[in-house]
Amino acid sequence: MTTETRTGADCVIEGLREAGADIVFGLPGGAVLDIFSKLYHADDMKLVLVRHEQGATHMADGYARATGKVGVCLVTSGPGATNAVTGLATAYMDGIPMVCISGQVPSHMIGNDAFQEADTTGITRAVTKHNYLVHNADDLPRIFAEAFHIASTGKPGPVLIDIPKDVQRAATTAAATPAVNLAGYRPQSGYNPEQVKQLADAINTAKRPLLYTGGGVIAGNASAELTALAHKANIPVTTTLMGLGGFPETDPLALRMLGMHGSMTANLAVGECDLLISVGARFDDRVTGRIAEFAPTAKKAHIDIDPSSINKSVAVDIPVVGHAKDVLAALTDLVDTRERGEWVEHLSEQKARFPLAYDEKTEELLPQYVIDMVYKVSNGEALIVTDVGQHQMWAAHFFKYTAPRTFLSSGGLGTMGYGLPAGIGAQAAFPDKNVVVLSGDGSIQMCFQELVVAVEHGWNVNTVILNNGHLGMVRQWQEMFYGKEYAGSVLKQEDRPANEKMPPQANDEFLPDFVKLAEAYGAIGVRVTCKEDVVPALEKAFSTKAPVVIECIVKEEENVYPMVPPGASLDETILSMV
Amino acid sequence: MTKRHIITLLVENHPGVLARVVGLISGRGYNIETLNVGPTHHPERSRMTMTVPGDDHVLEQVIKQLYKLVDVIEVSDLTDERHLNRELVLVEVAATEEKRAELVQLAGMCDAVVISVQDESLTMELADTRNRVADFIDLLKPYTILDLSRSGVIAVSRPE
Ligand SMILES: Cc1ncc(C[n+]2csc(CCOP(=O)(O)OP(=O)(O)O)c2C)c(N)n1
Repeated sequence: MTTETRTGADCVIEGLREAGADIVFGLPGGAVLDIFSKLYHADDMKLVLVRHEQGATHMADGYARATGKVGVCLVTSGPGATNAVTGLATAYMDGIPMVCISGQVPSHMIGNDAFQEADTTGITRAVTKHNYLVHNADDLPRIFAEAFHIASTGKPGPVLIDIPKDVQRAATTAAATPAVNLAGYRPQSGYNPEQVKQLADAINTAKRPLLYTGGGVIAGNASAELTALAHKANIPVTTTLMGLGGFPETDPLALRMLGMHGSMTANLAVGECDLLISVGARFDDRVTGRIAEFAPTAKKAHIDIDPSSINKSVAVDIPVVGHAKDVLAALTDLVDTRERGEWVEHLSEQKARFPLAYDEKTEELLPQYVIDMVYKVSNGEALIVTDVGQHQMWAAHFFKYTAPRTFLSSGGLGTMGYGLPAGIGAQAAFPDKNVVVLSGDGSIQMCFQELVVAVEHGWNVNTVILNNGHLGMVRQWQEMFYGKEYAGSVLKQEDRPANEKMPPQANDEFLPDFVKLAEAYGAIGVRVTCKEDVVPALEKAFSTKAPVVIECIVKEEENVYPMVPPGASLDETILSMV
Repeated sequence: MTKRHIITLLVENHPGVLARVVGLISGRGYNIETLNVGPTHHPERSRMTMTVPGDDHVLEQVIKQLYKLVDVIEVSDLTDERHLNRELVLVEVAATEEKRAELVQLAGMCDAVVISVQDESLTMELADTRNRVADFIDLLKPYTILDLSRSGVIAVSRPE
């Protein structure tokens, strides 16, 4: 028990230390300088100076997803905090543990429209699991202990701590390690054995069971238990985007991803199964398609840590509230070993009939080919981080994930700009891993400035930009559902609609020039325009001890298939437009 | 099925709790018809009672979401449970001397109390169930209501 006098800012560092946090992604400003001054002397802590606070939140998020630990970011009041909102929302939607510390104007000025004042707790209320406005430095040790506890338990999520400047400077003698006592916060512990028994019975009698697993398997570190259950009872597994890596995609029982851009086999299996067991997935609309026709003939079970997730959009027959890890282990004990030869064979045939495939023979440089080569050149061992769009879906299709925390992507919010900073956060956690950011020419421009952070720290994150000259996913929707009215989706000058055309530029072939941009930030930039150059460029990048940006000029009009048209059911998955 | 739900919450007496609860409900597009907050016998806890019209399934979701709020200790939907509820209304009605007696009589019949008499008006109070408060206000409609304030329902569950 410490009772020595120290300041609120000291308590911030102390709180981080108590929680085991040793890396902080942040950017200073007037309202957080007291905390930065303390960081200046905290030799055991790494401060990573970002260039935009959105970058700080995504880095903390990438760090958290890659490690399972709580990511920490630190921003100033007003614009610093508002810049952090997108990253908080991204983490909130995907259930990522994070603590964001924001500075606030002095207490007596709150509410006066003071310089750089924003109602940060008000603004972030809907995008955090919890938030605090600290009134008294004495409360800081307790609030830090609570914040890390809340962020990392139950369904994880971001917690924001807003600290007015005077509170940072105030003296306190509060104990350093207070007990956490939250009457209103009792994350699920244990599970109901009756429900587990009921589910085990259902599995034992099912002819065509199917596991549909999500991010909860990753967050709950339940991959091994999931694999054991699937193997013992021979249950095929399909995963959501967030669940990729939770079950090895090279396993014969893996049906790969389901949903709007899921594999044909997985989507059809949902309609064919007689028992659907959802584990740590939330029946998101991008997964279910038309909800009324989602697994219409199956009995549905739902294992989730979050009671509010159950029966939210789909009524389930067997709910099980609990940790995926514990519940799956208990289930594995109770289920019978079964062959289910007919069901498993049927699905293998489907997989052979409807592989996730692209035209491998064409001379053209296809985006799918690039990702396939990233998979092959890295021996499937890269840690993949994506942005949002077509490339994100291809990253799910053409790289096979075999371990949890090797595919990081903004699933729930779909935040363009996530990829590079999240990749930097992951690389910060694992400097020796081959972290590859897969991005598009649209998304990469949303947080490209953070590249300099990777350069400065010697984090050798590799970025592959699939440049299709478009906001590709938007273009695909316009092509398929909006009569090819390509408004606002064409990045390449010459292809733009008349009212978006600009006077000819000096260099409008590559605008912006990503190679020069990479070089401007001190990274290595490479442009690849033909198929033959892809593998050598990747091989070189993966063996270079510096951040490399590879821009691939890929075919412009490639579309992502399979696709479930919006509003259709999974049975209506299409493989091409004709 | 859509009906008016009476939801009570036991919450930590922290600043911002009210905003969290209200934000969660209004952010999902539901209208809080009445809302009441007050201290309890426990110095660090407050009791909130609100009435929210809505579909049963939707309210079930709202309640699960309310449970997720860190400052919310207990949530109950009392609508279909045994419970006791009361609402308080203060109403000022125009009353010239000749109307006074009539109004006082009406108040008496409804168990309302006259709490203030002015030259041109009477102010009455009634604490009763939500429905009886509504009936009382209906009875006053033929007169001129000058001002009216309702507390919204407060409720406690009633042990079997
Ligand atoms: C911040 C943000 N703004 C807008 C969108 C809508 N959106 C979804 S995909 C997409 C296009 C992405 O283009 P690009 O990064 O080039 O990837 P591609 O689809 O071409 O692979 C857009 C604009 C979004 N997801 N995020």
